[in-house]
Amino acid sequence: MASGMTVRVLLFASYADALGGPEVLLDLPDGARVGDVRARVRSLASGKRVPERPLVAVNQRYASDDQVVSASDEVAIIPPVAGG
Amino acid sequence: MRTAIVDRPIDAAKLIAEVSATHHGATVLFVGSVRDVNDGEPVTGLDYSAYGAMAERELRTIAEEALMRCPGSDVVMEHRIGALELGDVSVAIAAAHPHRGEAFEAARYVIEELKKRAPIWKREHYATGRAEWVEQASGEGSGAAARP
Repeated sequence: MASGMTVRVLLFASYADALGGPEVLLDLPDGARVGDVRARVRSLASGKRVPERPLVAVNQRYASDDQVVSASDEVAIIPPVAGG
Repeated sequence: MRTAIVDRPIDAAKLIAEVSATHHGATVLFVGSVRDVNDGEPVTGLDYSAYGAMAERELRTIAEEALMRCPGSDVVMEHRIGALELGDVSVAIAAAHPHRGEAFEAARYVIEELKKRAPIWKREHYATGRAEWVEQASGEGSGAAARP
């Protein structure tokens, strides 16, 4: 079996504008963690417009850097919030 | 208890009616609306967007926390998304309790946590024609246009 997976990452607000759309598909090794997702997003063209340590949500909950992600997870990069 | 992200105007009076009960001697209503200036720059309108499913979940969690902090209270909240004009209500929170202290505390807790945690964003339109996502910390004194 080839190791690796494709993870769909949701983008919002200024991050969606910067990266050209509401989501990106990332090829990541099995066992990749939230920190790997963040680093991969920043390696994309215009990815440096996303700060080094943005908040990340996995399955609609804020996640820590070391949380493991899988292909079935809903992963999102969360820009600074401004509700209210 | 009820929380919602809505894409239509918010009727704050309905929220008051929703938490109304004869054993609730105190009701606090917080209403946030679109302000006409941000850091001295005239604002003409706002677009709110949200990570809908997560925002719904986060608002529900915040309301549940408020009820745990203030046992016996009830909380109803709506946050609007989409294009809003000056003066439009962006968020309304009604908190009720037998006594005023807990009603104030519950309402305050909900708005402060919402501003910290709910995945909701706003894009300000300025009188100059420019538009920008608001990304500064939106605490007291930051001057965000819809900072209630």
